[in-house]
Amino acid sequence: MQSIWENIVAFAPSLLQGTVITIELTIISLILSLIVGMLVALGKLTHNKIINSICNIYISILRGTPLLVQLMYVYFVFPEFGISLTAFQAAVVALSLNESAYFAETFRAGIQSVPKGQMEAAKAIGMDYSQSMRRIILPQAIKNVIPAIGNSAIILIKNSSLAAVITVAELMHNGNLLAASTYQNIQIFTMVAIVYWILHYPLAVLVDYLEKRGNTNHVTGHQH
Amino acid sequence: MLQVTNIKKSFHEKEVIKGIDLTIQKGEVVVIIGPSGSGKSTILRMMNALEYPTSGDILLEGESVLYKNVNGKVKPRKEKELSKFRAEIGMVFQGFHLFAHKTVLENIIEGPVQIKKMSKEKAIEEAEVLLEKVGLADKRHQYPHSLSGGQQQRIAIARSLAMKPKLLLFDEPTSALDPELIGEVLKVMKELALEGMTMAVVTHEMGFAKEVGDRIIFIDQGVIVQDAPPQKFFHASNTNERISRFLQTLTRNVV
Repeated sequence: MQSIWENIVAFAPSLLQGTVITIELTIISLILSLIVGMLVALGKLTHNKIINSICNIYISILRGTPLLVQLMYVYFVFPEFGISLTAFQAAVVALSLNESAYFAETFRAGIQSVPKGQMEAAKAIGMDYSQSMRRIILPQAIKNVIPAIGNSAIILIKNSSLAAVITVAELMHNGNLLAASTYQNIQIFTMVAIVYWILHYPLAVLVDYLEKRGNTNHVTGHQH
Repeated sequence: MLQVTNIKKSFHEKEVIKGIDLTIQKGEVVVIIGPSGSGKSTILRMMNALEYPTSGDILLEGESVLYKNVNGKVKPRKEKELSKFRAEIGMVFQGFHLFAHKTVLENIIEGPVQIKKMSKEKAIEEAEVLLEKVGLADKRHQYPHSLSGGQQQRIAIARSLAMKPKLLLFDEPTSALDPELIGEVLKVMKELALEGMTMAVVTHEMGFAKEVGDRIIFIDQGVIVQDAPPQKFFHASNTNERISRFLQTLTRNVV
């Protein structure tokens, strides 16, 4: 028992440093993927066929290939085209692009779930397409998809562990290094797992809450 | 005021509007009736360019809504220009379509503040007058889903009026309402008509048509069958076969 506690104290600093990097990686990627995802969703919904197909190809490639391959690709292949990124930057790029493809579909579904009459009513008072989107459609669409975004954020936290393979010093990577040098596999990987669980927990509670509230106060409810 | 010139419209090669001419004078209440699928809602929606005719044009005070002349060439107007026209023409929908994420007051001031760039204070002041007018001043901070259909429709009318439209279009404004709520909406519409508002109304409410309409336009299968003042339209001497058949079905439904 004594030695378990000593081990925990010995491993904690490195794992905590890794946790900070994991959080940074997740938050930056989340923000970027939300922005890119929204743009791709709007691109999918325009009447411009060229933009439509570009967005469809983008989503198809990023959803159709493994995240691990994408990480490797950004880190090892991009430099061949003159784009050299640090491991952390490469991880941010790969995670953001990957997640943005899923967000694009989430946002598209959210926008299409807003009744068509809302857009017509906005147009009828003199709004153009972009005003109607910004002021009327998107606020309702986003409210509808917030639980889905929360779920994606949880997946993103866990997916960020893949960045370990391109040497980003995040939680998984630091745990791996400790395990390799101390052979305390059980303790270290249990600690790593517990930290990921703790990181996900507040989001899981939030998603549950939003889903319950969404059921009773649905933005598009009671509409014809 | 508004002129519809030789409008035709096809959906998937099927012609639903087969050449319609129609002029609405300032201050006039034009009631458009006809069997379902006759194209009456489509015509109304084309009057504020929510729907585009396959051919023909809409003129608002003599100016083409859909096309413009650039160096002698006729070109369709861009989205932003269409929006300017729509801001001058109000529209009330069958399904109300109040902005679900905004309160009653926010629904009404949205247009004046965002489109007319009116100050928020001024817009609220005017909105309160309108709420008074439709009899819902106490609902200003409620959300649409907490209101009855009749109340929602009256708010929708107030939202249209807030833009001070030159013409107000009503697309079956009472068809989605429970029977006991129809009266309150018709009452507001009648008051507007008495104040001299120019209105085009698609409806199945024959009582309203008879009492408030200046002209009744009967549309069937994409053409105007008759365009007459209500005294003449509803008079026993009106022997048009399609019209009498339509009116008979309506009265049968009422009983």
